[in-house]
Amino acid sequence: MDESREKLLQVKNLKKYFKVSRKDTLKAVDDVTFDVYKGETFGLVGESGCGKSTTGRTIIRLYEPTEGEVLFDGEEIGGKLSTKAKKNLSRRMQMIFQDPYASLNPRMMVKDIIAEGLDIHHLVKSDKERMDRVYHLLETVGLNREHANRYPHEFSGGQRQRIGIARALAVDPDFIIADEPISALDVSIQAQVVNLLQELQEQQGLTFLFIAHDLSMVKHISDRVGVMYLGNMAELAPSDELYDHPLHPYTQALLSAIPVADPKVERTRERIILQGDVPSPVDPPSGCRFRTRCPFAMEICAKARPKWHEAGKGHWVSCHLHDDGLKK
Amino acid sequence: MGNLLEIKNLNVQFDIFGAHVQAVRGVSFELNVGETLAIVGESGSGKSVTSKAIMGLIPNPPGKITSGEIFFDGSDLVKYSQKQMQKIRGKDISMIFQDPMTALNPTMKIGKQIMEGLIKHQNLSKNEAKTKAAELLKLVGIPNPDKRLDEYPHQFSGGMRQRVVIAIALACNPKILIADEPTTALDVTIQAQILDLMRDIQKKTGTAIILITHDLGVVANLAQRVAVMYGGKIVETGTLEEIFYNPKHPYTWGLLSSMPKLHAKTDKLLAIPGTPPDLSDPPKGCPFAPRCPHAMKVCVDHMPDYTKLSATQKTACWLLDERAPKVDPPATIGVGGE
Repeated sequence: MDESREKLLQVKNLKKYFKVSRKDTLKAVDDVTFDVYKGETFGLVGESGCGKSTTGRTIIRLYEPTEGEVLFDGEEIGGKLSTKAKKNLSRRMQMIFQDPYASLNPRMMVKDIIAEGLDIHHLVKSDKERMDRVYHLLETVGLNREHANRYPHEFSGGQRQRIGIARALAVDPDFIIADEPISALDVSIQAQVVNLLQELQEQQGLTFLFIAHDLSMVKHISDRVGVMYLGNMAELAPSDELYDHPLHPYTQALLSAIPVADPKVERTRERIILQGDVPSPVDPPSGCRFRTRCPFAMEICAKARPKWHEAGKGHWVSCHLHDDGLKK
Repeated sequence: MGNLLEIKNLNVQFDIFGAHVQAVRGVSFELNVGETLAIVGESGSGKSVTSKAIMGLIPNPPGKITSGEIFFDGSDLVKYSQKQMQKIRGKDISMIFQDPMTALNPTMKIGKQIMEGLIKHQNLSKNEAKTKAAELLKLVGIPNPDKRLDEYPHQFSGGMRQRVVIAIALACNPKILIADEPTTALDVTIQAQILDLMRDIQKKTGTAIILITHDLGVVANLAQRVAVMYGGKIVETGTLEEIFYNPKHPYTWGLLSSMPKLHAKTDKLLAIPGTPPDLSDPPKGCPFAPRCPHAMKVCVDHMPDYTKLSATQKTACWLLDERAPKVDPPATIGVGGE
């Protein structure tokens, strides 16, 4: 990735803890650092409970960050914000949710769902302008004008997700956080939605944070990918680099665990099967979070937390195996 | 090798909201001893309903098997009473469900849930059943089986629960195991563990598996034969190689090319436009015709017959008729093994 590219979003040492009882704290996101460049798609992958959704929700301020900085277009948005700053932020940053059945208000007509942002931000002056915007947005996402006066229950899952995308686009944002936008959809519909997102990005120069657990789809859509494990970022690299030369043992295992839709490859592929389950984020292992399942765990892994460092150009990893001082 | 299970022209209908939803429309296939057959399709294609029909688990009302036969061991399961089915379920044919969180009874200890079938079907005493249950837990890879028998489902993680569900299904050495999306609710690293376990168990016990899934990666990993379902019908069936490297049905093409490849760069996914048909008013002709890029006039009005392409591959598509124009599959199809 070109160093000179402008950073739209900078996340520095972000932490988000949830108090689950008087003495237990769930460390959902624990010290995560990454940048998102203007116009790119940044993929965030990991298994359930790794903190990828919490990261996205904390950036857009659905959750208050516990610690750390979030810079959007050079401005700090992680701390206390005035109502005005928050409003301005929500115009420039939008979100697409996972479940298209739960994220649309069943009592609102499609036109009102899409135009809600326009109304809040007073972006349209007349009713006619408002409807024109709605029609235009519906057509942009591949729906028809006639759909404007219908209710969400009249649509299929894929169509609802298109409505969700139209709503996000309504306020003309720069940055969209898509939290598992396709995992509730059927395979053939997934491809439709992914193609739509890519077209929109080309036309409008959008920047995406694409959160998903489906690694093959993330590889397809993303320019750079970050792999999370138990609240930490394990590895971050341009997507081809990450898939061709994964450094972190967790990334290697994750990649080898995906079943490939090709019988010959499936038969000859060597698979790293991880033993056991992901430990509880309430009481994570000391040192490296992954050491309890890591096939290469060493003594130091239990003692010290691996440093987050750049192992190759634009290829970041946090693993003792790749720490220069200890390199085998 | 013989037919263990033979399904002939199965039709299942649900009467809901005053409409007749024809979920399964004339499905026929057979399952051989010891093999894994995958039924692939999207939601609403009828794959799960087919498996429930085999188990005699179609809720009536609103559902009913309107016609067709399911031959198992020479007798027709469609004609069996619920009581007769109870003797088969869990003994000769058992099932693994999608969601291990809801498939287990949260108020019963794991041990008791496994022993239930052993005591009922194999007339074991409580102690014998307990020993067998511990063996089963060991077989599915759960450490400390004796201790864990006395635990409740909430004390197990998702992957471990699915292992318990598999142990229950295997308890009476079934001849057929129906796995309905067995790994969909699990994370990839856990999915890899469970797929490994299922393959291992099939090797050890020789159980035939019907794998129901929408994930072609899982199919490539586990199955020997594949049936592709769309709109309540099987549109194409063949061996694993035939379906992945030489598919003939445009829906199979679409399904294969709408998935991104992990090992190759794809610029744009070939999406299938449109949405699946409404089965309360099923199309007269080929169900895929409205979304098919190669649809002809005949496709809309008449359902094509199966064309036999090899001893194992059958495809229902008008493109295979000798009068039809020659259409090549998309370039991404058939390039296998890197």
